[in-house]
Amino acid sequence: MRYIRAFRDGAAAAALAKLLKAEVDPEREYHLMEFCGGHTHAIFRYGVEDLLPGNIRLVHGPGCPVCVLAVPRLDAAIELARQPEVTLVSYGDMLRVPASRRRSLLKARAQGADVRMVYSALEAVDIAVAHPERQVVFFAIGFETTTPASAHVILEAQRLGLRNFSIYCNHVVTPAAIQSILDSPEVREWGQVRVDGFIGPSHVSAVIGSRPYEYFAQEYQRPVVIAGFEPLDVMQSICMLVRQLNTGGARVENQFTRGVTRDGNRKAQRLVAEVFELRPSFEWRGLGELPYSGLRIKAAYLDFDAERRFSMTAQPVTENAACQCPAIIRGVKKPTDCAIFGTACTPRTPIGSCMVSAEGACAAYYKYRRGAVQAAR
Amino acid sequence: MCLAVPVRVAALLDGQWVEIEVGGIVTRISIALIDEVRVGDYVIVHAGFAIARLDVEEAEKTLALFDQIAAHLREPLDALHPRLP
Repeated sequence: MRYIRAFRDGAAAAALAKLLKAEVDPEREYHLMEFCGGHTHAIFRYGVEDLLPGNIRLVHGPGCPVCVLAVPRLDAAIELARQPEVTLVSYGDMLRVPASRRRSLLKARAQGADVRMVYSALEAVDIAVAHPERQVVFFAIGFETTTPASAHVILEAQRLGLRNFSIYCNHVVTPAAIQSILDSPEVREWGQVRVDGFIGPSHVSAVIGSRPYEYFAQEYQRPVVIAGFEPLDVMQSICMLVRQLNTGGARVENQFTRGVTRDGNRKAQRLVAEVFELRPSFEWRGLGELPYSGLRIKAAYLDFDAERRFSMTAQPVTENAACQCPAIIRGVKKPTDCAIFGTACTPRTPIGSCMVSAEGACAAYYKYRRGAVQAAR
Repeated sequence: MCLAVPVRVAALLDGQWVEIEVGGIVTRISIALIDEVRVGDYVIVHAGFAIARLDVEEAEKTLALFDQIAAHLREPLDALHPRLP
């Protein structure tokens, strides 16, 4: 546990807070987007915001794969799970996410569908081996952190000669999402969202390395600091961003040197490149269709592609009009701007994905800031 | 979703598996995504897979930097709650 606890030390946090106070220019504001939902939760859980000078504003980004999964694709997974011969295997994060007409995978399971939750994708392979009479489909979601595991299990299923195993691929890529935020009219034209710099994801970058961010740090003139998930990591990264912004820098810096290199994990990248390819376009909740932002299984492995094995159609859906998740995912609104936050929509009865996910911004506000929010109302 | 934890490799098992211990729970994870590891190495674990090696030397350097900053800017712990009345 040494490399967890030491990065939560209170005395060091107090010193970093003092350092930050001395570094910031009181004449300007700093709008920093933490891309990752994991950072959002670390910031709230450890009260990092309360340690920051008032002119540093944190904008919550779209880095929560549960939150950005388009509802029609979740609907399709539920339809798949309802087929009598199918066992749908999923990470726990997805089970309670509301699909259209307030359905969810958990409710489908209560109605008799065979839906199972696993910690590791390899457990899905074990289920397929143990139940040759079932069609086992792994509902794969996640950013680059999770994708290599999905690639590995496809190769594993091929090695075992499994004919009853496939993957419903919903993997997405981080750089495309960051670029879409920088290209969005809210940032470029309307000025609704101001993002001066990015607190970059650490575990995604452990896989892809820091190099992929270099393009838009330069192209869009925004500094990026790849930050660990512990509170001291986040605070040090904010210091690094403030220093860059004070001197007009727009470079990629790496705070999480203990896990991230410029090249990343080459072996994992090779596995992903072997099995997956970019889709020309993929729909994100809140961000819409983004070019080259999602992955699909290559033709060489089509036997393991659930979208080819089963007839799956995505029906367009209308979002709940009151739910502000799409705007919250883009950083345009805060959870507290949503009329149903904490009233109709709570973690027990979630309406939107941001309230369900362990990394959603609404869940973070509800869990750690509910008292303050209610007092303000 | 992208949460991952640094853990120490406790033992090498067959094939892609190694044994780890987290908070008193002993379990096995796959090291198929990284190059060879030895007992005592630290790895970053996500959803049952080691996704990277933890560079202990770099981790210690970062911690030493925090110590330096803390020693330089000696601050009472009250500073942790600057906005409380």
